Amino acid sequence: MTALTFMGKRGMTAFTFVSRRGYLPVLVTLGLLVAVFVVGSILYYPDFGTGQVVVNLFIDNGFLLVTAVGMTFVILSGGIDLSVGAVVALGAMLCAWLTGMGWPAWLAIVTAIAAGALLGFIQGYVIHEFEIQPFIATLAGMFLARGLCFVISIEQIPIKDPFFDWVQTPIAVPGDMFIKPTVILVLVIVAIAYWMLHYTRFGRNVYAVGGSAQSALLMGLPLGRTRILTYVVSGVCSAIAGVLFGVYTLSGSGLHAVGMELDAIAAVVIGGTLLTGGYGYVLGTLLGVMLLGTIKTLLNFQGTLSSWWTRIAIGVLLFVFIVLQRALGTRRRSAGV
Amino acid sequence: MTPPILEMRGISKAFPGVRALDDVSFRLLPGEVHALMGENGAGKSTLIKVLTGVYTADAGDVLLAGNPVVIGGPHQAQEAGISTVYQEVNLCPNLSVAENIFIGRGKVRWKQARARAAELLTRFDLDIDPALPLGAYSIAIQQLVAIVRAVDISAKVLVLDEPTSSLDRDEVARLFAVMRRLREDGVAILFVSHFLEQVFDISDRVTVLRNGRLVGEYETGALTRATLIGHMTGRVLEALEELHAPGEHAPDSAQPVLRAEGIGRKGGIAPFDLTIHSGEVVGFAGLLGSGRTEAARLLFGADGSDSGQLSIDGKPVTLKSPGAAIEHGVAFCPENRKTEGLVEDLTVGENIMLALQAARGWVRQVTDSDDLVRRWITALRITPSDPDAIAGNLSGGNQQKVLLARWLITQPKLLILDEPTRGIDVGAKAEIQKLVVSLADEGKAVLFISAELEEVLRISHKVEVLRDRQMIAELANEGLTPERILATIAGGGTGTVAAEGAAQ
Repeated sequence: MTALTFMGKRGMTAFTFVSRRGYLPVLVTLGLLVAVFVVGSILYYPDFGTGQVVVNLFIDNGFLLVTAVGMTFVILSGGIDLSVGAVVALGAMLCAWLTGMGWPAWLAIVTAIAAGALLGFIQGYVIHEFEIQPFIATLAGMFLARGLCFVISIEQIPIKDPFFDWVQTPIAVPGDMFIKPTVILVLVIVAIAYWMLHYTRFGRNVYAVGGSAQSALLMGLPLGRTRILTYVVSGVCSAIAGVLFGVYTLSGSGLHAVGMELDAIAAVVIGGTLLTGGYGYVLGTLLGVMLLGTIKTLLNFQGTLSSWWTRIAIGVLLFVFIVLQRALGTRRRSAGV
Repeated sequence: MTPPILEMRGISKAFPGVRALDDVSFRLLPGEVHALMGENGAGKSTLIKVLTGVYTADAGDVLLAGNPVVIGGPHQAQEAGISTVYQEVNLCPNLSVAENIFIGRGKVRWKQARARAAELLTRFDLDIDPALPLGAYSIAIQQLVAIVRAVDISAKVLVLDEPTSSLDRDEVARLFAVMRRLREDGVAILFVSHFLEQVFDISDRVTVLRNGRLVGEYETGALTRATLIGHMTGRVLEALEELHAPGEHAPDSAQPVLRAEGIGRKGGIAPFDLTIHSGEVVGFAGLLGSGRTEAARLLFGADGSDSGQLSIDGKPVTLKSPGAAIEHGVAFCPENRKTEGLVEDLTVGENIMLALQAARGWVRQVTDSDDLVRRWITALRITPSDPDAIAGNLSGGNQQKVLLARWLITQPKLLILDEPTRGIDVGAKAEIQKLVVSLADEGKAVLFISAELEEVLRISHKVEVLRDRQMIAELANEGLTPERILATIAGGGTGTVAAEGAAQ
């Protein structure tokens, strides 16, 4: 809620916000999130409806959120990135392996992020330069990154570096709650992404390319650079998510984050971003991830239902949202004539 | 005379196997609307693409205000002061109107952009909200926004590449008003259009190309339609005039091929009556969005009707799908040949055989297809006459003929043609019109839909007038003029409304 009022108040932001329109899906997601939260609060009073549960959403889903933020850039520009789950695993693996060999934590993390950026760049370059379908190019990237994990080690590698413990030491905050440094990092990344999409030329170009790549080119926008950069952003985000994943599990493994690319895509779409590109917000993605996380938490509180019910909820939500987008899209077109 | 703002000298450009431009020169003066004319394949698009930097010329110079310039790409053309608005609006529908005007133009202060956009739009009498996404507005408005953008970038040279092909009459008038104002401001406008009337209406001078060569540069006022067509086609073209004899072959008045009584569809077209006899050409006249296509789709079963009765050869039928219509001998050439008709990646032969193959089913192979295809290619004079040519590479007129051949090969009783001549050149247009007349002479019934009233009048026996998704009148084509049809559409109806066909 705060996010939306915040956007409305600032003159410039209001402009871009209004101009993109199509924020109805975001409001629907917000409404659902609030509804699920209220239901949980009533059913599991007084444990569910607390600030700590909200904070825990960020702790438990931070890596998914960061991945989904990167994915938002790619999907907005009209692409798709299937490699993110594998890059998350690679990021965690590199941290575990390099710190295990005695590298300082910061260097291991920088290396992991650089690897993500490089892979993203290669994918973007191939997609743009050779006009390859993003689906197939990033599928190749996915196999490549996943394979690299197993080249490093077939076994799971534990992370023993104290830095990885330190970043998740609980910090007490007023209101009898605690947060972790990782939560702050995640929020900062969302804020940076928001700034990039709505305040920079790059962000506007991402929307333009997603609206019509051909037009963007003819209007003199740097099509190739914009496209490639979205994949670099996605690679960097996934690698950071990998570091977070390493922090969360204190290990690196080739089996980490299998299928996470699909969770990320689901979160982006549920957050109101159109899969064909051009329409959507990073704050919608935030709400999408929160919604998925809240449903997961709700099922945890419930206790008897299997956690696979989360999947069923995601499935139902996805169906509802794509149909909703379709309906809104048709209305937009017919209103245009 | 004022020195030209833009001059192209001795431009040549060859593609593998084709000499697209051969030593073509072109001059554009400030404050004029200059029409670039020529049939398809004459080299108009190539010349424009050289001018806008999409292609690099093999030889020749481009001079802007007397200085030679090298244009390496669309962006550089823009910077040099040459802006282009293409037929398909090349803007982003998801961005706001203001963003579409200012994006990609260096550093922009977006806080002020909306106010500046509003100011610009007012100057062009466009009453739209710059903060709304462009996609919320009609194609015509989007095109005007594209022009606003182009002019705001550089007020020197504006290239309009077939801007009117998807606009209705009112929208064209609006576009022309904007063009006239720009002309007064000293902007040099290069205008490409297939509509002769529009060229005579708006342009000051005309440059004609033919087969990649320059034919000449003329004052529009000194040209007549016939001489202009003559320059474009290279022959004294009387085809259009000699055609004018729709009444000669009186249609067979006995059994109508198709008879519609009160068929309609909610949200599509109000219930209407229609009869078409064998050997008769029936024209549909109406503005864009008047329900012409909707009515035709009902007759073909592409949309289901929710009232009324259709009979073919006197027998009542219900057309649930296009397949059923084809079985009853109805064929339909859709308006948008690129997306709804032609399979561009297949060969000419394959495209022609599609409908027949569909009619016969997948089991029974068409064995004599080569002969059939060759016969129709010859009959319709499709060029190139090679059945193995890729259909997407043909010119618009020839693509249209391929579609015609596809349906004619199935021996339909009724042929529905929706805008068969849109976007094709004068010569091909005349040929298609001739073809339609000769098909009717052979006893086929034809339903002919076109936005060009002159064309409808030239070949139809009777004209159904549509307005606001209603069939408002049926006029026998005896001394009928475009003005009278327009008057009927406008609601005055200066003539008596003939109803002979409806009553039979």
